[in-house]
Amino acid sequence: MQIQEKLSFETWPAAPEKETLEGQNKVLGFWLFLGGETVLFATLFATYLALKDSVPGPGHALAKDLFSMPLVFLMTMLLLTSSLTSVYAIYHMKNFNAKKMKFWFVVTVLLGLGFLACEIYEFNHYVRDFNHTFSSSAFGSAFYTLVGFHGAHVIFGLGWITGLVVRNWRRELSLYTAPKFYLASLYWHFIDVVWVFIFSVVYLMGMVG
Amino acid sequence: MSSYAQKRGFLATLWDYLTTVDHKKIAVLYLVAGGFFFVLGGIEAILIRVQLAVPNNDFLSADMFNQVMTMHGTTMIFFAAMPLLFALMNAVLPLQIGARDVAFPFVNALGFWMFFFGGIFLNLSWFLGGAPDAGWTSYASLSLASEGKRIDFYTLGIQISGFGTLMAGINFLVTIINMRTTGMTFMRMPMFTWTTFVASALILFAFPPLTISIFFLIFDRLFGSQFFNVEMGGNTIIWEHLFWIFGHPEVYILVLPAFGIFSEVISIFSRKRLFGYASMVFATVLIGFLGFMVWAHHMFTTGLGPIANAIFAVATMAIAVPTGIKIFNWLLTMWGGSIKLTTPMLYALGFIPSFVIGGVTGIMNAASMADYQYHDTYFVVGHFHYTILGGVVFAILAGLHLYWPKMFGTMLNETLGKITFWLFFIGFHLTFFVQHFLGLMGMPRRTYTFLEGQGLETGNMVSSIGAAFMAVGAIVLVINIIITSVKNQKVGNDPWEDGRTLEWSVSSPPPHYNFKQLPLVRGIDAYWIEKMEGRKEMTPAEPLGDIHMPNSSFIPFMISFGLFVAAFGAMYRPDYSWGLPVLVGGLVITFGSMLIRSLKDDHGHYIKKEELMDDSDKGVQA
Repeated sequence: MQIQEKLSFETWPAAPEKETLEGQNKVLGFWLFLGGETVLFATLFATYLALKDSVPGPGHALAKDLFSMPLVFLMTMLLLTSSLTSVYAIYHMKNFNAKKMKFWFVVTVLLGLGFLACEIYEFNHYVRDFNHTFSSSAFGSAFYTLVGFHGAHVIFGLGWITGLVVRNWRRELSLYTAPKFYLASLYWHFIDVVWVFIFSVVYLMGMVG
Repeated sequence: MSSYAQKRGFLATLWDYLTTVDHKKIAVLYLVAGGFFFVLGGIEAILIRVQLAVPNNDFLSADMFNQVMTMHGTTMIFFAAMPLLFALMNAVLPLQIGARDVAFPFVNALGFWMFFFGGIFLNLSWFLGGAPDAGWTSYASLSLASEGKRIDFYTLGIQISGFGTLMAGINFLVTIINMRTTGMTFMRMPMFTWTTFVASALILFAFPPLTISIFFLIFDRLFGSQFFNVEMGGNTIIWEHLFWIFGHPEVYILVLPAFGIFSEVISIFSRKRLFGYASMVFATVLIGFLGFMVWAHHMFTTGLGPIANAIFAVATMAIAVPTGIKIFNWLLTMWGGSIKLTTPMLYALGFIPSFVIGGVTGIMNAASMADYQYHDTYFVVGHFHYTILGGVVFAILAGLHLYWPKMFGTMLNETLGKITFWLFFIGFHLTFFVQHFLGLMGMPRRTYTFLEGQGLETGNMVSSIGAAFMAVGAIVLVINIIITSVKNQKVGNDPWEDGRTLEWSVSSPPPHYNFKQLPLVRGIDAYWIEKMEGRKEMTPAEPLGDIHMPNSSFIPFMISFGLFVAAFGAMYRPDYSWGLPVLVGGLVITFGSMLIRSLKDDHGHYIKKEELMDDSDKGVQA
């Protein structure tokens, strides 16, 4: 099948993202990239665990003082739901339904923005009410770097998906664009998986002690 | 669309190289840039040896020595050895597996420009207030204490080039997994392809820890974080761990492709199939795996405790087993072979004893109790130069001579090549053998001078004389390159006459689509099989048809240039008000270029079947 071929619902392949060699390369390359990203976050987690609650003296907020379940629970729900909606989007991509795919990607972006807003509120809250900043202690540096790297990934993912949706607003699906959508959703799932670990390691373990 | 090949003139050529996504041209770019940094690193090495030639020398001040010593290590590892290996990989690897290009030609170009701008950024430090001075390992306790911008050049420069290396690694992995031609199964791949494959996997998993640790250092120095600031709860040992979790796999990233090159050389010039191919593959994978288990052997004296030291000592010694397998396989490949003493083969023959010495001193270092004696002495300097120079640099020089005709269509002069080898080989052993004994006598590494009357004079003088031999050898190599380039006598597909693998079945240099028809591979040493059965060419695996090729692009240059600008902004932001706008502006260039790449459809172009039928002398024929 040629990459620029005009396809219909009937001729659309079952795995359009892997129909062309370019698509196969992209999917494999992206999985490998995510492997590297896993090591990247593993390094951040290791550093966070080494520096957790490592503050210069008394009077600095520790993990057990900072975190509150309701906000983190809301953030988790927003991000997990956005992962689900991106699955819907890919489901419709595989069924050659560009409209519904774009709709669900827009929902994904909105949920992601909700998550981001909560995170900005959260950081602001820590800085203002606890004086827990990037520079106040090694604990602060490690916390903001780990969670902030994840937040930066969320921002990049939002920009990526938005760009794709806007660019293809008036276009039908093709074997050229299918891998692009597929990879963006893979990236979004990865962000979600990392958040599950942040939720467990940073917040749950932080609150338990 | 082949019209771009007809452009003439310097500017057109320059533009061609700035925008190229062709793996063969990117190989040339890597070779030129890597060669340039190799010369810089070499000059720094000579400066070190001049300073240490006699006791109480004041040729370099202590401060200058620290900068030269740091830049020698950093340049040689990140900006000379790796790009020169990437040059050979780019030149040969797609040909070896029967592919028309790498999986991601655009990313390939991006990787090169990232490396290039990172290297330029690092070296601009010489003109902007001094070079990094905390050693190539840049331990946090030293680097946080370094004043001025020196260390920031190191962190930002390495960071930019590190992104490029990571991309190159992913690119080679996907290329090898997805782009092999018909019949090129994993267990028929040439050894250089196999070692590149494993080295690329190491890059993928070893570079992220470096990225993160460098980010920590950037944040600590420029953005007020406290990762390594002990007063604020930080811990400098984190840097040591993360750096060596990267740093140890890094030495295998360098040496595995070197093993691959020697496997090719020894097999070609012994005119025998590589002995123990399967065990060679197994040993390569095992070295790659064990390479991640041994990082703390660089930290025996840090105080991790006897149990940790013992575990890492044993794991380190275990690496000697697969390495030994390889050494015996090379020896047995030569056994009974009909050996031709060409320049690459001389390097291979010189490599085996040199590398064994480096391996044996490695085992000595691995004995953690004894290491307390060797640590931070010239013994260690001797050891790792035997592995990296005797292994990696010999391999690069062997590979350069071997693949020069494939890259440029003309042979390097064999006589001058052999002169280079002997100067290099003798100079190398003169320089570094004696350093083991200097170390055992107590001479510390990274110290700018030594006193007289402690028995260190003779050794240091011998070492410096050896360095001069290597410098002359390098000059002979440059003369060789100039002479052969000027003469430019064209050679055929298989100039060494004993080529075994697919790269020797196409013209030198290959057409930009590599293979007119992708070849059919019927076993290990695919081209050799065809030659033995009396054919001159590979059997095609596909009918002649249109060939899809990627379009050139200037965007890789712009993405990397944006990071280069942003790095200046980040560095001067704490001191000047223009820092922040420059930082943001650089990132806008980078992410804007990425956005353009994402939004603009790029379907590549086709070389028409009719065009291919015209130049029937190129590539595989029907």
